[in-house]
Amino acid sequence: MNQQCGIVVKYFASLKEKLGRSEDYFTLTRSMTVSDVWAQLNPELTPPEQLKVAVNLDYVSWDWVVNPGDEVAFFPPVTGG
Amino acid sequence: MITIVQETFNPWDALQTYQQQMELRVLRTLGATNVFVGSMRDFNQEVQVERMVLEYYPGMTEKQLGMITAQANEQWSLIDSLIIHRVGEVFPTDVLVLVAVWSAHRADAFEACRFLMEALKSQAPFWKKECVAGQQARWVAENTVGYKHY
Repeated sequence: MNQQCGIVVKYFASLKEKLGRSEDYFTLTRSMTVSDVWAQLNPELTPPEQLKVAVNLDYVSWDWVVNPGDEVAFFPPVTGG
Repeated sequence: MITIVQETFNPWDALQTYQQQMELRVLRTLGATNVFVGSMRDFNQEVQVERMVLEYYPGMTEKQLGMITAQANEQWSLIDSLIIHRVGEVFPTDVLVLVAVWSAHRADAFEACRFLMEALKSQAPFWKKECVAGQQARWVAENTVGYKHY
């Protein structure tokens, strides 16, 4: 499989601890939404209701379609400031 | 300017340094400066917090702060703005965030500063983990809504 078909998936904060990892690398073999990506990588865990998702550093909805080379991130509500 | 810092910072020194670097022609247009400084309390939800760890998403955090700064500049007439946010291990009394806004008139500075701070708290990817005496460290679940009129 061509390396350019890959995406990187990042996890942060409490989610990272819960999953026990901060990143996944994943090869797209078909058109997928971020919701599909989550289900593929974490089939045992229903995404917590408040979970946020970003693609290429912007917030997106769960039906956003992922493209090869994208950086996807899942994280809990933000608590800075 | 937007900066993420790993070490303790003094917001008043940072402001002074930043403003000293402004050109005289810019300084002469300033009529108002509004500053918000957020620091770490030693309690949260009636529990004594000894220290916190602030995590962020390098790249996205800066991008989101850049976007909210652009929104503020569209909405109000601003001359300059400065956001400094701390990450890493922090202790009570440490400054966590500085937001400063410069404008010709006070209304723009007041309102844009408030907007930037509230937008930062709801959009910028930072996460706080509290370390409490005798207990397991806990992630702060969600920020409260601080302001509803923007």
